[in-house]
Amino acid sequence: MNMIEAINDALDIMMTRDPNVVILGEDVGYFGGVFRATAGLQKKHGRNRVFDSPINECGIIGAAVGMAAYGLRPVPEIQFADYIYPGLDQLVSEAARMRYRSAGEFTSSITIRSPFGGGIFGGQTHSQSPEAMFTHVAGLKTVIPATPHDAKGLLIAAIEDNDPVIFFEPKRIYNGPFDGYYDKPSRTWKGQPGGLVPQGYYCTPLGKARIVREGSAMTVLAYGTMIHVAEAVLAEKGVDAEIIDLRTLVPLDIETVEKSVEKTGRCLVIHEATRTSGFGAELSALVQERCFYHLEAPVERVTGFDTPYPHSLEWAYFPGPVRIGEAVDRLLKD
Amino acid sequence: MAEPTAAADGSGGARRANLAPLELHVPEPRYRPGDVVDYSHLEIPPAGRAPRPDETCPASETWPLTLDMIRVLDEDNRAIGPWNPALDAETLRRMLRSMALTRAFDDRMYRGQRQGKTSFYMKCTGEEAISVGCAQALASDDMVFPSYRQQGILISRGYPLVQMVNQIYSNRADPLKGRQLPIMYSARDYGFFSISGNLATQFPQAVGWAMASAIKGDTRIATSFVGEGSSAEGDFHAAMTFAAVYNAPVVLNVVNNQWAISSFSGFAGAERTTFAARATGYGIAGLRVDGNDLLAVYAAMRWAADRARANMGPTLIEYFTYRAEGHSTSDDPNAYRSAREATEWPLGDPITRLKNHLIQLGEWSEERHAAMDLEVADQVKVATKEAEANGILGHGLHHPFHTMFEDVFEELPWHLEEQAAQAIRERQTKWPEWKD
Repeated sequence: MNMIEAINDALDIMMTRDPNVVILGEDVGYFGGVFRATAGLQKKHGRNRVFDSPINECGIIGAAVGMAAYGLRPVPEIQFADYIYPGLDQLVSEAARMRYRSAGEFTSSITIRSPFGGGIFGGQTHSQSPEAMFTHVAGLKTVIPATPHDAKGLLIAAIEDNDPVIFFEPKRIYNGPFDGYYDKPSRTWKGQPGGLVPQGYYCTPLGKARIVREGSAMTVLAYGTMIHVAEAVLAEKGVDAEIIDLRTLVPLDIETVEKSVEKTGRCLVIHEATRTSGFGAELSALVQERCFYHLEAPVERVTGFDTPYPHSLEWAYFPGPVRIGEAVDRLLKD
Repeated sequence: MAEPTAAADGSGGARRANLAPLELHVPEPRYRPGDVVDYSHLEIPPAGRAPRPDETCPASETWPLTLDMIRVLDEDNRAIGPWNPALDAETLRRMLRSMALTRAFDDRMYRGQRQGKTSFYMKCTGEEAISVGCAQALASDDMVFPSYRQQGILISRGYPLVQMVNQIYSNRADPLKGRQLPIMYSARDYGFFSISGNLATQFPQAVGWAMASAIKGDTRIATSFVGEGSSAEGDFHAAMTFAAVYNAPVVLNVVNNQWAISSFSGFAGAERTTFAARATGYGIAGLRVDGNDLLAVYAAMRWAADRARANMGPTLIEYFTYRAEGHSTSDDPNAYRSAREATEWPLGDPITRLKNHLIQLGEWSEERHAAMDLEVADQVKVATKEAEANGILGHGLHHPFHTMFEDVFEELPWHLEEQAAQAIRERQTKWPEWKD
């Protein structure tokens, strides 16, 4: 399965298992979504449970908050993460705070799915990685899969979770893993280990990282598309790195991170989002605070630049093999 | 073609000499502090005049009603016209009492704030008929998504006063564990949704709740309230659009009390049209109601609730009223409006009007009313004393410390466990004897 098929399968399974699961969003109904993630679901589960919405992200998320207060488990889709901002007040001030401010009387069991990340010539408003805007909000969980296997398992776990979950889908790897070598032919998920998706129901627990590759030379913390770029670059450089796919940013699997950095003594943080106040800053600070006496070099951050996401200069912006390679060299210098 | 030239005054534009310069219109209320108030410009139609279409009529048929005003109680305190709900005297007396209780509660809590028992309070003086009339017209299990000025709904639905005071005092019996600003109640069992400080967010949420009820084939409806000021928020448009698109069983209410803190209703668009008139642009039924006429309020909400229950979709109701007091305990209305506005308000006081109606019916008297006022004041006093035994703000009786970290998520993640431990450590550093 590719990642879209895995997501579609997860949605189908959860709609079949739980009559309270409903899907709403722009173009998600009859048409099946601009990325096909909800294809066939309306036909199978009915218009009452999978339906198109007006183009109004505040309304989509606001209505979902009301539906969750009633007792449904809405899975709204925001067509691109770049367009989640009109719904931000409903997310930050409402969904995230509902359980807290009502002392548990009302909850927001909502999973907001949204394609995110660049590498597709999406320009400024089809490429953003706004995860740090959500990890900064108390009461939200933020999840980003890097493989079809995890996309299905994590999405099922997110829908079952009783807290609001932001589920960002790296659209660059919907159809196949991407290693950052944009001039090479693209690959599909066929035959890739992460592309092996079990049939039927299974859960990939939230808050648990995945060790992509064990190693001893350094710890690489990443998620989404950057997992595949990191894997390729470190393999090419022949560095025995331990690569950790965080999968869930909040709550973070701190144990796995600490254990790894204590073993390797070096840490490289990679994300596509802009650098300043990005989630990498949080990761870097945590590693510094908790693993200080094990560190043999400063924590390195490889990120997007602090600019809006450019169109023509996409590959100069994208944190690709050269930028990662330089950081790896700096980390291993001493 | 004239050659555009840069404006010499630095405004940057190219001005054409043969055209008058454009002017920005900044609305200004009619009266400021010290001004004599003259309400003769307000069109107050006579009671009984507005027609009452069938609840199942097309939304467009309500267009004239969005510019008119539904009024039932006339100058002689009689209930007249097609909107007269013909309620029995017992129900009227019960509603009168709920209004009086709401006002007595407001008065005492306002004093409590001035005495330092809590940090903040907001009265709904002059607007009691809206909450009480709506609560009576709804089924008890219809979900209300209130703003912060619908305390009369909680009171009408019999929510314990002592719980309200506990919440206001943020004490150890506060159902919201001291987390919320006073008056931001939440009472799920009473169909009263958690109040948020963020304006108008509850409007699309009510629509979503109503959609859920329709998805499940339920019979319950939702209703929500915003002030006329908050109707300018984008959430209002989102709610109206979603309500119309999905024919949601929801009643959306705009309480037009003329003032949004210091901004008069002109800043929400009132100079151009009524708030009710916005309904028909969305294809939603709209009603405009005398908000100080409890019978009109009840009749309008009943009409809209019946319409929603009949799968005829949403209604927007504007209640025309006046915010008789300051916005909150942090506000001094004398700084921006004439003190005479409230006293000369042409729609009068909702409690006085219902009282006079009941007296006119021979079902009430000044003596009984005075006795009831004493009773409700005493009822509030008893509840306040009971709540004070649980502590007042700042006196140390509150929920256990650890509860500050609970309910952020269903379960405490490691980082909140660590921060909870830190908070308790800090506490013990300051007070070594301290135990949670």
